[in-house]
Amino acid sequence: MEDRENAKRVVFVTVGTTSFDALVKAVVSEDVKDELQKRGFTHLLIQMGRGIFFPTKCDGADGSLVVDYFTFSSSIADYIRSASLVISHAGSGSIFETLKLGKPLIVVVNEDLMDNHQCELAEALEERKHLYYTRPHTLYQTLKKMELESLVRYTPGDGTPVARIIDRFLGFPDD
Amino acid sequence: MEEGCSCIYSRMASRFSIGLLMILAIVLLMVRVLYVIYRCGKPLPKGVSQSFTTLIVLGSGGHTAEMLSLLSVLRKDRFTPRFYIAAATDNMSLQKARSFEDSVAEKPAVKEASQFMQIYRSREVGQSYVTSVWTTIVAIVHALWLMIRIRPQVILCNGPGTCIPLCVIAFVFKVLGIRWSSIFYVESVARVKKLSLSGLLLYKLRIADQFFVQWPQLHKKYPRAHYVGCLMIEF
Repeated sequence: MEDRENAKRVVFVTVGTTSFDALVKAVVSEDVKDELQKRGFTHLLIQMGRGIFFPTKCDGADGSLVVDYFTFSSSIADYIRSASLVISHAGSGSIFETLKLGKPLIVVVNEDLMDNHQCELAEALEERKHLYYTRPHTLYQTLKKMELESLVRYTPGDGTPVARIIDRFLGFPDD
Repeated sequence: MEEGCSCIYSRMASRFSIGLLMILAIVLLMVRVLYVIYRCGKPLPKGVSQSFTTLIVLGSGGHTAEMLSLLSVLRKDRFTPRFYIAAATDNMSLQKARSFEDSVAEKPAVKEASQFMQIYRSREVGQSYVTSVWTTIVAIVHALWLMIRIRPQVILCNGPGTCIPLCVIAFVFKVLGIRWSSIFYVESVARVKKLSLSGLLLYKLRIADQFFVQWPQLHKKYPRAHYVGCLMIEF
């Protein structure tokens, strides 16, 4: 049991402030759970938001993946920090929160959303190899082919050029 | 006969002069609007002010994180006092702004340098268009009331729809000479290929004095914007 605790590798799933049952269903499908376990993950923790699909909790006593969920938390960052892999909806908030903490990330786009400009961001960041980008029904395939080592770490941006432009515009001297 | 004639003439003359006055007023207003559009985007002369009353428009989730990211690189003494506005249905954003202000406050004495306000939204997600006519009127009146109270010299916004009425009112204030303000718009990092509706309006109508985009694809399409790269930074 202690060994297991030491080797705890958590997959954290977050759907943000709305609901994204398709994602929750996809991560608790047998295929995906098997693949996660094969890759050495021990825990699956799901932030399920307003969803109405409640996955079956599992304490992992029989050696299977530990599955747990909650609806909302004010400290998502803490969960991301303790995770070894993050599977997230396409909101820019959780994408950058995860990238800033340097965690491997799979973004799953919610196809039910009308205004789906958010997949633009995930696509552009995938082009730069900062994350993997997929849809609920292709999550398993993505997991199967992903190589987390090939991801490029995101370097936080630099806000000083904007500050300089704004300051100059307002007539402040350069520091 | 003569009297009647002169009466008609004088009536015509007065009508003519009223018409002339109206045309003159419209022309003057147009000239003023054109002058304001011309002046927008031109930097202020050096050393105009030590600090500017700043209005910061917050949106939900990602928008607010980006805005606080931007604020963290600005010198607080130059942008003071700071007024934060968020939608009335958005509880998280002002809370985040408060904890941001707490983290940058040097001493409790200058805490009053920032204020937090909520604004009615013209239309909530899923609201019907019929009831949204009434709620839009309420939202505009509320925005006007807030703008009269704050009279900002600097407006920072990055995309939530609530910034549109505020920026339009700021423009009207400029035209009427009530208050000159500089509007800085940073398009959200989530917009890669297309501007948001708010961004498009402020860019096309030239209401934003300076416009920033975070992806090169957008800079190609909108050359008046500054390309500044991704602004999501650690703070």
